[in-house]
Amino acid sequence: MFLHIVHRTLALVLTLLLASIAVFLFMAVLPGDPARVALGVNATPEAIAALRAEFGTDRPLLVQYLDWVGGLVTGDFGVSYVTRAPIGPQIADRLLVTLWLVGSAMVVAVVVAVPLGILAAVRHRRLSGILLSGLSQVGVAIPNFLAGILLVALFAVRWRLLPSGGWVPPAVDPLGFLQRLILPALALGLVQGAVLTRYVRSAILDVLREDYLRTARAKGLTLSGALRRHGLRNAAIPVVTVLALQLTTLLIGAVVIERVFVIPGLGSLLLDGVANRDLLLVQGVVMVLVLAVLLVNFVVDVLYTVLDPRIGRAVA
Amino acid sequence: MSVSDRVESALGAVARAPTRRAWNPSLVVGGVLVAVVVGAALVSFLWTPYDPTRIDPAARLAGPSTDHLLGTDKFGRDVFSQLLVGARTTIVVGVVAVGVAALLGTPLGILAGMGPRWVGQLVMRLNDLLLAFPALLLAIMFAAVFGPGTLTAMVAIGIATIPAFARLARSGTLQVMSTEYVLAARAAGRSRLAIGLRHVLPNIASLVIVQSSVSFAIAVLAEAALSFLGFGTRPPTPSWGRMLQESQELLHEAPRLAVCSGLAIAIAVLGFNLLGDGLRDRLDPRLEEHR
Amino acid sequence: MTAPLTPEPAVSRTNALTVRRLHVGTRRLELVHDVSFSLQPGERVGLIGESGSGKSLTALALMGLLPDGVWARGLVQLAGVDHNLIGASDRRLARIRGNRMAMVFQEPMTALSPLMRVGDQIAETMLLHGSQPNRRAARAAAVDLLAKVRLPDPARAARAYPHQLSGGQRQRVLLAIALANDPDVLICDEPTTALDVTVQAQILDLIVRGVAERDAALLFITHDLAVVATVCERVMVMYGGRIVESGPVETVFTRPRHPYTRGLLQASDLESLADDGRLRTIPGTVPAAGRFPDGCVFRDRCPRADGLCAQLPPWRPVADGGYACWHPEGAEDA
Repeated sequence: MFLHIVHRTLALVLTLLLASIAVFLFMAVLPGDPARVALGVNATPEAIAALRAEFGTDRPLLVQYLDWVGGLVTGDFGVSYVTRAPIGPQIADRLLVTLWLVGSAMVVAVVVAVPLGILAAVRHRRLSGILLSGLSQVGVAIPNFLAGILLVALFAVRWRLLPSGGWVPPAVDPLGFLQRLILPALALGLVQGAVLTRYVRSAILDVLREDYLRTARAKGLTLSGALRRHGLRNAAIPVVTVLALQLTTLLIGAVVIERVFVIPGLGSLLLDGVANRDLLLVQGVVMVLVLAVLLVNFVVDVLYTVLDPRIGRAVA
Repeated sequence: MSVSDRVESALGAVARAPTRRAWNPSLVVGGVLVAVVVGAALVSFLWTPYDPTRIDPAARLAGPSTDHLLGTDKFGRDVFSQLLVGARTTIVVGVVAVGVAALLGTPLGILAGMGPRWVGQLVMRLNDLLLAFPALLLAIMFAAVFGPGTLTAMVAIGIATIPAFARLARSGTLQVMSTEYVLAARAAGRSRLAIGLRHVLPNIASLVIVQSSVSFAIAVLAEAALSFLGFGTRPPTPSWGRMLQESQELLHEAPRLAVCSGLAIAIAVLGFNLLGDGLRDRLDPRLEEHR
Repeated sequence: MTAPLTPEPAVSRTNALTVRRLHVGTRRLELVHDVSFSLQPGERVGLIGESGSGKSLTALALMGLLPDGVWARGLVQLAGVDHNLIGASDRRLARIRGNRMAMVFQEPMTALSPLMRVGDQIAETMLLHGSQPNRRAARAAAVDLLAKVRLPDPARAARAYPHQLSGGQRQRVLLAIALANDPDVLICDEPTTALDVTVQAQILDLIVRGVAERDAALLFITHDLAVVATVCERVMVMYGGRIVESGPVETVFTRPRHPYTRGLLQASDLESLADDGRLRTIPGTVPAAGRFPDGCVFRDRCPRADGLCAQLPPWRPVADGGYACWHPEGAEDA
């Protein structure tokens, strides 16, 4: 098992490295000189050269890359060419906001999906089960920004129960924070909940068909007891895997939701950066997102090894 | 055959169609929805009630009427026409994205499954790298570098979808390669290429078809999100995602705008998802694990 | 009044298990028809038939473990339980299963939960029915049981996960689970079919000892006549969802009445040959579920069938058993 984890860690580092190269090269293709753009049309060649030296964009690509990656490892994301502000702190602030959003959306998704998925599986031949399954199918088809807009239309515009957007840190105004968190978390989480429901249902259905569930019932467990004690554990494995993939989808989905609800998170930072052609900023944010995606996948892989005794252990 | 298999076949013989379900609800409903969307796109080439880009300030935000089936937007453009032409974008993006992903990903996967071990490892590393960039993220990056537009979006989404096909093709190929008839063919000295064409391709074809439908749905969602953010199809070409974004500020006065465009997106996604499920049932009910 | 079609055992108080007019089917197909029999405590009864005869479904019906969409009706009475097992709620049945009546299934490789240690899975059944006061005692008792089923190094085996054990070892574990609470009735559905021949004998031995020690009734389901001959005292032959013959093993195997029984015996006999020099088989194949002919279920494969067989043959009791056939073997020498 240990060997397996080491192996996965190496793979993680390798992929991260390759990704950083890919991102860097990609942004390097961007036409235009940041120094020239920053100084405007009337800039003198000397001023441009001086600024280029300051930015470091006059150095060979390889050096720039190594410098950048080296900085990343220590947490130094550099200074933006456009805003001249250090990028690292911006990312940190925004990341926290996005994490709040993604975290609460994940909670919503799980709270919705687990009971509904189990119900849909246990009653899959009855009408209620079929309806649930159909409902989840419809839910999957709704883009999260549509859900967001509809929620705003209902709760903010029509009924005026909640604000339609904006953000307030929890320390400053806990109630305001919660109020502003609910709708985006629901928008992001309900749709993912529908996706997760289908996976939970499928996992439970698989377990229901398994022989060991029959043995459990033959031992004297009721159907629900057998499911609880044996089924859920076994069903948890594929569900946890999916949960991880969901996390990455949520992260990316947050980009759009932040736009809908005007939330100052990592996603909107990315979008602003792209709009401003602030390429160093975009590079930084993309790397953070990529790191998050890879890290989540890595953790799930390791979790899998821990949860399932069949993987990585010697057979007697 | 175990008891449960026998009972299943007894149940199946009665409760469902004689052999595998030829026509199941998912397939039918999905097929209909997809046909509606494709139909809308095709119809739009021949005729639309109005030019969807035609601005008519006098008829701003008109409600549904005999003139304008679904009303007009804030520029007076006919919503129904916009939806029809928007369907074109949706279908084209889906076709190109899935096409790119399938045409590049499937051979990669087959190669990984059939070739020497180092090739398989290489392909898996490449997959890992691509998987680090979800479709929307990649598309935003592409838009940043190459400028927003339908083409950039399609290519980016396609590239991000390659891992799904590669993985699928690889696992399918591995399965086929370990079957007895392939082992026999190899023992008889047939070349890998021959085995690939004769055995592998037909067997993974159904997997690829199902995945195509599912990936199509994902591509539609991604394009809608992109257009919503402003990185997708550029104005004045109609796009459902952008229509939805434009409707946001008008939720007060004309919520139907959001509903129309949102419903269009949802119908397309639902249709392709259901179609994928239905095809999966039809082609092989045991394909459940390949999501 | 029509003659009863199957034996009507009196619901005697000495019976460990009484089954009367059991029918099993889906909404549209009948899979098991009108099965009746009883088991005495300590008795070992075999239920033979080929695949598709309905024997496994019968067993599942007794335990209330029929798959989704399959129903049963009739009477199943377990000694000491005052209600019909058929139609009882899952909760009531759960109290009985693994406690008063237990079952061992055919496929040991998939029957154990892969995520739980084997000893804990045995302990679970004891804690469930309160035959051990706490977890520690249950775990110790589990190790004892594993020793009883002759697993080497039982303490270590108890800590193992199922995937670390072989098929034969897993089946021993499943037997231990079944016998843990000293059930009155043990049902075994092809417990050794999936195992190597060398292991088979050991498992059969364990089963026979297990029920003997507890004076439990054994219902042994199999298609293997040799196994029935070694393990059981009485046998019932099943075909097409019906019991076509029953009686003491020796009688049925040496002087079978039903042509199907004779066919089975001949087919198992690898030494005798038919006139054309080939091994004997029963002509035709077993029809698919629910597609058995009306009247006598065997008539489209029976060499003795005629027009009379289009009617369902009545059950004819004979000493300690009986048969259902219009043209039984040995009728000439009654």
